[in-house]
Amino acid sequence: MKLKEIVSCIGAEILYGENLLDTVEIENAYASDLMSDVLAFAWPGTLLLTGLTNVQIVRTAQMMDIPAVVFVRGKRPQEEAVSLAKNVGMPLLVSSMSMYETCGLLYKAGLSPCIIPSREA
Amino acid sequence: MDSHYEVEFTVRGDDFLAAGEASNQIKETLIMLGVPSAISRRASVITYEAEMNLVIHSGGGTLRAVITPEKLTIQATDRGPGIPDLHLAMREGFSTAPDRVREMGFGAGMGLPNIKRNSDNLEIESEVGKGTTLTATILFHEGPGDRR
Repeated sequence: MKLKEIVSCIGAEILYGENLLDTVEIENAYASDLMSDVLAFAWPGTLLLTGLTNVQIVRTAQMMDIPAVVFVRGKRPQEEAVSLAKNVGMPLLVSSMSMYETCGLLYKAGLSPCIIPSREA
Repeated sequence: MDSHYEVEFTVRGDDFLAAGEASNQIKETLIMLGVPSAISRRASVITYEAEMNLVIHSGGGTLRAVITPEKLTIQATDRGPGIPDLHLAMREGFSTAPDRVREMGFGAGMGLPNIKRNSDNLEIESEVGKGTTLTATILFHEGPGDRR
């Protein structure tokens, strides 16, 4: 799914990356406010949805080859996060809806989850 | 690829703004050297979690990556407080991180388990009051693709 379709699906505000909406292709989505869980479970090419707003969100995304981030609950990322995203060419979106509602709409539109492998006890 | 390539970065304690810069430089080095993306991603999880540990717990230290044709070795060294119970620290969900770190999305007790999961070999030497050295190795020819 193109990022452009994601923007229209959830009515997102584009904070950065207007010119990348047609080129960024999203395969899956992963939603979390725990960055170590993102490092553990997110797949490359995944869209990250989060309610955190600090610069480490963009860093984490960068480490995992995550192409774009959606901030939910209308939260706006800190200035440092936006400037790092601009530096690395990572689109940032804001959804005014809750995490659940944002994810629900994307799931309904056909965006697949990252499957969590069965955990060892 | 050159037979031996080495980079080292100083990581400052409590500098949450810069945290991740060293890991990003290492990632760029790996990409430049033509390391496959599945491996560079595993390396990124290791370096980034180790770097966050340096920032959060140790008061700062060094992050080093050594790349040879056979393997990648990542080493995080600090002279911080040390880890009193390594077995406990390796357990998922165990964390000693302060609340302000948790509010940033870290300190959920997944750091060391994440490092272990992405390493072919992991050694941690730690002495209370003296510091910690973490050495993680990724073999280049162990098998294709992500180990997740």
